[in-house]
Amino acid sequence: MENELIHKEETRDDTAAKLGMWIFIFTELLLFGGLFIVYSVFRTQYSREFHQAALELNVTIGAFNTIVLLISSMTIAMALTALQKNNKKLSLRLIGITILMAFVFLVNKYFEWGAKFHHGIYPGSELMMKFEHGHLLYFSLYFFMTGLHALHIIAGMVLLSVIFFRIKKGIIHSEKYVFLENGALYWHLVDLIWIFLFPLLYLIT
Amino acid sequence: MINATTTMESVSYLDHKGKYKGIFAWIFATDHKRIALLYLYAISTFFVIGAILGLLMRLELISPGQTIMTAQTYNGIFTVHGIMMIFMVVIPGLSAIFGNFFLPILIGAKDVAFPRLNLFSWYIFITGSILAVLSQFLRSGPPDTGWTFYAPYSTATGTNVIFATTAAFVLGFSSILTGLNFIVTIHRMRAPKMKFFSMPLFPWSIYATAWIQVLATPIIAITLLMLIAERLFKIGFFDPAYGGDPILFQHMFWIYSHPAVYIMILPAMGVITEIIPTFCQRKVYGYKAIAMSSLAIAGVGYLVWGHHMFTSGMSETARWVFSLLTFIVAIPSAVKVFNWLATMYKGSIDLKPPLLYALSFIFLFSIGGLTGLVLGSLATNIQVHDTSFVVAHFHYIVFGGMGFGFFAALHYWFPKIYGRMYNFRRANIAWGILFVGFNLLYFPLFIIGMQGMPRRYYDYLPQFQTGHVISTIGGIILIIGLFLMIRNLVLGARKGAKAPANPWNGSTLEWQIVSPPPQENFDEDPLIKNNPYDYE
Repeated sequence: MENELIHKEETRDDTAAKLGMWIFIFTELLLFGGLFIVYSVFRTQYSREFHQAALELNVTIGAFNTIVLLISSMTIAMALTALQKNNKKLSLRLIGITILMAFVFLVNKYFEWGAKFHHGIYPGSELMMKFEHGHLLYFSLYFFMTGLHALHIIAGMVLLSVIFFRIKKGIIHSEKYVFLENGALYWHLVDLIWIFLFPLLYLIT
Repeated sequence: MINATTTMESVSYLDHKGKYKGIFAWIFATDHKRIALLYLYAISTFFVIGAILGLLMRLELISPGQTIMTAQTYNGIFTVHGIMMIFMVVIPGLSAIFGNFFLPILIGAKDVAFPRLNLFSWYIFITGSILAVLSQFLRSGPPDTGWTFYAPYSTATGTNVIFATTAAFVLGFSSILTGLNFIVTIHRMRAPKMKFFSMPLFPWSIYATAWIQVLATPIIAITLLMLIAERLFKIGFFDPAYGGDPILFQHMFWIYSHPAVYIMILPAMGVITEIIPTFCQRKVYGYKAIAMSSLAIAGVGYLVWGHHMFTSGMSETARWVFSLLTFIVAIPSAVKVFNWLATMYKGSIDLKPPLLYALSFIFLFSIGGLTGLVLGSLATNIQVHDTSFVVAHFHYIVFGGMGFGFFAALHYWFPKIYGRMYNFRRANIAWGILFVGFNLLYFPLFIIGMQGMPRRYYDYLPQFQTGHVISTIGGIILIIGLFLMIRNLVLGARKGAKAPANPWNGSTLEWQIVSPPPQENFDEDPLIKNNPYDYE
């Protein structure tokens, strides 16, 4: 058993772990890249309807969520620095805040989607089927893109929770923090994608 | 040589005793060699099933009208054949089996960079495969869209499209993780003195493949998700009734699926590049040109997807640009072919079974590649688009290329994997039957395709029957050859004579260690040469 531990220590390669994470992040960007292609095609084809449909979104809620995610990105970066400086308690607290921020984001999203559903706007609804083509495609894209992004938020929350408990147990510590670093990278990705979604859907009208 | 003393002490990966026993020692194994064998057995099973489905299609086509199955069954069978062969056999095939087994050994590493992720990829692969198999048996019947899932039919048909596309999505995830693992392995796990340009050429081809896997697969993933959402929620992206665009689906689909062709063929080219120097005892000709041509194929291969859509409706400019790029991507492939032939020049050629398969690879791949140019030029494409000419072309590439490359790899590395040798005479006979059967099966399809036989048709005009009969006979011969080959290999693995460490007198690292390799590949640090192929 002890031999095995030493062996594991020998083969540990943080650079490899980070390289792997960066490549994975790149595939995630490409995944959303496919959606950006579809968006730009339909935006060109139906620019007038896209303009009108975009006015129906609430920029305030969107902006609030953007700020929430930006702050969470900051807290997770601080959590990493805190752990590197061997301040376990502060690191845990900052990860907790990050997860809380993610939760706030989702609650906001819930109310935003809920309001749309309440007005009968959701994919496949009777009202949407009667929309002009560009209008329908805009809202399909809206639900698809923000929905997929919300799934990534949830995945990020699960990941950060696992990291939280691993730090608590001392598996991740100031000498061995690559898991937290990768988790933070992933969280920045989730934030970054939102930084693209926000202008595409809310700001450009 | 150096192994004489270690042979006695080291325990091979096949006999290694770990934490688990029996079958669990395999399905919980993180050793790259055991995972490679897990892939080998799963993929071989799917390959045999896919081949039998193909034979059923051939039997149906032996005469016009209904012969052995209904039209709907036929639609289901060609779709299942396509999905299984593409997503479950040829895309993972060489890189997951031989890449897993030999990539770490060839670069002097003990394992891949992320062994547990490697095992996890296998489980994802199996999950995806189970979903694909389920899609055939659930109530609403097997999908009938063809493996390409073209919209808008795929958004409207009542068959199990969602299951099949989810399966392809999951399988893609496994492919991405395998690619990611290999890229990091090559960057971080090379033995200290192993530079990029002292790696053998198989790792180079795996490297190029891995990048395509990582960069192209996410596009098919999102496309399939959109298709699923289209069916579930009517989001309208691909449905003209709601303003969507079916051609957009074709673009998104081929942005992945054309590079996927190179995911299939590049590792096969890598295998051939290993086999030819060994059996000619010659330094490989133009090492850097071969290494770079792999990367060139990976790069340019990204930009040619439009040639699948010349008749779908694209601007004139887009069509000639895609056609030009298609011609350009043929250049690095030709570079490889000429380098292989130049390597053989003045070599001491030893015509053993692996080389027979490698040479037939070059022959079949050249036919497939040159007919690809017929399809790539705009004028001739209109004539042969969606005819059995296309079917013949891509079977020459995928089966004649990747398939024969796979058989070549199997015969080349077999003694290393199992530590036993198969029977050469039976291997040669099986090869001959396979080769004859293959050409009889697919060559007539070129001719009747030129004459106008459409692909995927259930019924046809009587004038095409001669071609179809010859093709079906070829199919039966091919299946016989296939079973003879498998039988010979199974017999070899179980009862064959013990294989020495280096039966072919190869110069790359895998031949410096015992057969089968020890648990950690290298009991002592391997000797790294500047040029992996120094025969002179």
